[in-house]
Amino acid sequence: MNFDMGAYGAYIWPAYGVSVLGIGTAVMWTVAAWRKAKAKLASLEQK
Amino acid sequence: MQFLFRYANPHNFMRLSGAVLPFTAIAATLSIAAALYLGFSAPPDYQQGRTVLILFIHVPAATMAMSVYGVIAVCSLLSLVWRHPLSDTAARAAAPFGALFTVLLLFLYLGYMALWNAIEDETRAARAAAILALVGAVNIPIIEFSVNWWNTLHQGESIVSGNLAPVFLAPLLLMMLGYMLLFVTLWMVRIRTAILERRARNLMQGAAP
Repeated sequence: MNFDMGAYGAYIWPAYGVSVLGIGTAVMWTVAAWRKAKAKLASLEQK
Repeated sequence: MQFLFRYANPHNFMRLSGAVLPFTAIAATLSIAAALYLGFSAPPDYQQGRTVLILFIHVPAATMAMSVYGVIAVCSLLSLVWRHPLSDTAARAAAPFGALFTVLLLFLYLGYMALWNAIEDETRAARAAAILALVGAVNIPIIEFSVNWWNTLHQGESIVSGNLAPVFLAPLLLMMLGYMLLFVTLWMVRIRTAILERRARNLMQGAAP
């Protein structure tokens, strides 16, 4: 694998950084919302 | 159509998606990892140099942005015409991921999500958002073919025409597959979350004096 971007690193790395950040945020947000909904339903069903 | 109604009622969806989710999640991770490996191992393009690496994230994101809008339009049609019980939930769950994948369709997605949140009555919100989604779908072919219709700095269509060398095509297709599987995975989790939230709301309303 070649990570040398030459003069284009200033364009390539931020593009990959934004993609990783966006996808990472989407995954974390989705999982957190699922866990929250699951916990809420479980507590309501216990009552 | 009967197949769709049988497997897309909330109970069956929870059962089916629970079984499928681990496989789509693993397949998405593997596809994206393989695409990154092949992409970073590919030689520089003769014209674009190392900036060709941007192709591997830009094209899949743009493709998904349009595809997700197509998904919303189909779900909206199912909701409006056949009053399918899960389609409005599925359309709503897809919108945030569509917004993530795009800047081109960003304002349509934001408008769609704003409309859902602006109307308190869910049935009315679903109908208004479905109409907006179907009207907005007109933009999809325009965006798709714009790279060929108008002369800009953007390169023309290269995948179907066979103008992309195999060494770049393989990581690109793998990344597109990875993004698609990732969307399917996250979308299923969002629909499952919405079903649980609806159940919780129903329980709370039932418990209210």
